[in-house]
Amino acid sequence: MLTFTIRRLLTAVPTLLFISLVIFLLLELAPGDPMAQVPLTVPPEVKQRMREALGLGEPVPVRFYKWLVQMFWIEPKVFIDWMTRDSWLLGWLPDTALYSGEQRVISWQTRSPVMDIIVQRLPQTLWVVGMAYVIGVLIALPIGIISAYRQYSVFDQVGTFVSMIGFSIPPFFSGVVVIVIFSVQLGWFPSIYDTTHRVVDWETFKVQISQMVMPVMVLALQTTAQISRFMRASMLDNLGQDYVRTARAKGMRERTVVLIHVLRNSMIPVVTVIALGVPSIFGGAIITEQIFKVNGIGQLFITALKANDLPMVLTVAFIFAFLIVLFNLIADVLYGVLDPRIRYD
Amino acid sequence: MADGAASRSDVILDVSGLKTVFRTRGGEVHAVNDVSFDLRPGELLGVVGESGSGKSVTMMSLLGLLPQPPAEIRAGTVMFGGQDLLKTPDRDLRHIRGARIGFVFQDPMTSLNPVFTVGYQLREPLRKHMGLRNKAAQDRACELLELVGIPDARRRLSDYPHQFSGGMRQRVMIAIALACDPQILIADEPTTALDVTIQAQILDLMAELRERLKMAVIWITHDLGVIAGIADRVLVMYGGQIVEQAPVHELFTEPKHPYTQALLTTIPHIRGARADKLTVIEGQPPILSAAPAACSFAARCPVAFARCQQENPPRFAVAPDHDAACFLLTEEPAHA
Ligand SMILES: Nc1ncnc2c1ncn2[C@@H]1O[C@H](COP(=O)(O)OP(=O)(O)OP(=O)(O)O)[C@@H](O)[C@H]1O
Ligand code: SF4
Ligand SMILES: [Mg+2]
Repeated sequence: MLTFTIRRLLTAVPTLLFISLVIFLLLELAPGDPMAQVPLTVPPEVKQRMREALGLGEPVPVRFYKWLVQMFWIEPKVFIDWMTRDSWLLGWLPDTALYSGEQRVISWQTRSPVMDIIVQRLPQTLWVVGMAYVIGVLIALPIGIISAYRQYSVFDQVGTFVSMIGFSIPPFFSGVVVIVIFSVQLGWFPSIYDTTHRVVDWETFKVQISQMVMPVMVLALQTTAQISRFMRASMLDNLGQDYVRTARAKGMRERTVVLIHVLRNSMIPVVTVIALGVPSIFGGAIITEQIFKVNGIGQLFITALKANDLPMVLTVAFIFAFLIVLFNLIADVLYGVLDPRIRYD
Repeated sequence: MADGAASRSDVILDVSGLKTVFRTRGGEVHAVNDVSFDLRPGELLGVVGESGSGKSVTMMSLLGLLPQPPAEIRAGTVMFGGQDLLKTPDRDLRHIRGARIGFVFQDPMTSLNPVFTVGYQLREPLRKHMGLRNKAAQDRACELLELVGIPDARRRLSDYPHQFSGGMRQRVMIAIALACDPQILIADEPTTALDVTIQAQILDLMAELRERLKMAVIWITHDLGVIAGIADRVLVMYGGQIVEQAPVHELFTEPKHPYTQALLTTIPHIRGARADKLTVIEGQPPILSAAPAACSFAARCPVAFARCQQENPPRFAVAPDHDAACFLLTEEPAHA
């Protein structure tokens, strides 16, 4: 298992390099000019000089190489420095000072380091979209288990109906629907997510919760629909297996049979699907954050695209790709851990 | 209806009038019709019959192992230890299953849970029924694996089922069924999925264990050759009914039911060869969509006559412990 993990980690490196090259070239081919938003009154020569200042004059391979060095060498140094200095996780370690003022990946739009902006935006996304995923999964698992155990019961029928809705209605539609109902008609929740809001006491905590309810609800509906269906199918598969009868014939309690014997087997594919779904949180964020005006990674990505901020787009797209590769690996490893029949080595 | 020859005090399991029906989308399946039999201490009762004759459903009905729905037990009593198992709530039945009655299933490849170690699956009933924990449970589990002839038992406890061969897995299943010293072991075609040599090993093992542990065994099979070697008494099932009951010797020398007679002609004469070619009897097994109104064997019976189409024959006693459900055995036969 360990050698498998190491081998997979090593093969991930060329994969990621290739992905970043493809993203880079695609962006290179895309029409658009980072100077498009500069006022027309600025003379062309000045614009040309501004382009050169951004490094745009250099040939494509050089620019790609520079980005690679900045991304994989300089940014990690900055990150490690930050970890040992400010983070609660490793802040107790002696401060490292690896970074010594080299050029970092700079956003064309804001002229500040791309990574700093991403780190600023990340908490919003994690809070809203990540929370929605966790809640969605936590609701989905029991629903799936009960629906399978009581197949065709009223509970199962209602569950099937709700999942069908969750499956077929995309968040950009359900998002608008809940805004119309709960913000506009009922006025229960704010329709715009206030990122500057700080939680300091009970009152502000309640405000935070109320502004999170709708985006979390919309995203969780989708997650719940998918994962609960999956859980149900997997449970049904296993409930019919011979070993279930064996467990009953041993005199095991129904709870033990279902929640230990069957569930342990059913979780194998479900855990994989849950892990593979984590990167899609960020994909989902792109749309949901637009609807609820959450100031997170998804919104950052859209604004960067609109402004032709190539370093930003490249970096965010690369992070998405990185997460997909990472969680694929995690899913594979979890599969091997959960299923003793799998031998990777 | 049953033979009535055995004195009731000498019976550890007494099944009478058992009726199990499946409600399916295609209608009802009357899988078990009015089945009555008993089991005596220390005896090995063989149950034979072709595929679909209701052997497994009968045994699973006894212990509430059929999922309900679709199964429905319509009638009958199953007396064990002074109580009717069919009226016993599941909560109490759980103290009987695995503790006082052990079950070994047909397919060893799928009957063990793939994600738990053999040791875990073996310790489960020990913990539940005997209260054994940690070291005690581990020791007993190890002892059980040794009992069923698995070498290097202590180390193998931490192996997963897929690390065992089919024959070894069936031994593990037997060890699990024997874990809590049951009074009755029900073995549902425990050797069908195994090849002939392994099958012979398991049979020898069973004969030895039965001797040693003094338990009663119900052995289901569709292999009459196996039955001849190990059983004391035999039930022949056909179409969800018991059509003949006889001591093993009499069954082979004086079969009374035309179905049993047909079965016996289908056994290959080389001993030990597999004899699962019961379907060479002409015709199809009966359709079980309703409770039988005629003799269920009538369509295939070479000697059927008018009455066979009008009534379902009850079991007629012919000798102690020997009876058969055929009108030919009535005092005044309807034809010569
Ligand atoms: N879950 C079920 N739903 C509907 N019918 C069933 C179900 N289980 C069993 N049956 C029917 O009950 C009848 C008896 O089946 P059973 O499994 O007892 O046969 P068997 O004698 O054990 O055969 P085999 O030798 O193949 O194991 C068959 O006709 C079968 O189709
Ligand atoms: S009752 Fe009739 S049909 Fe049935 S076995 Fe006897 S002779 Fe054959
Ligand atoms: Mg069977």
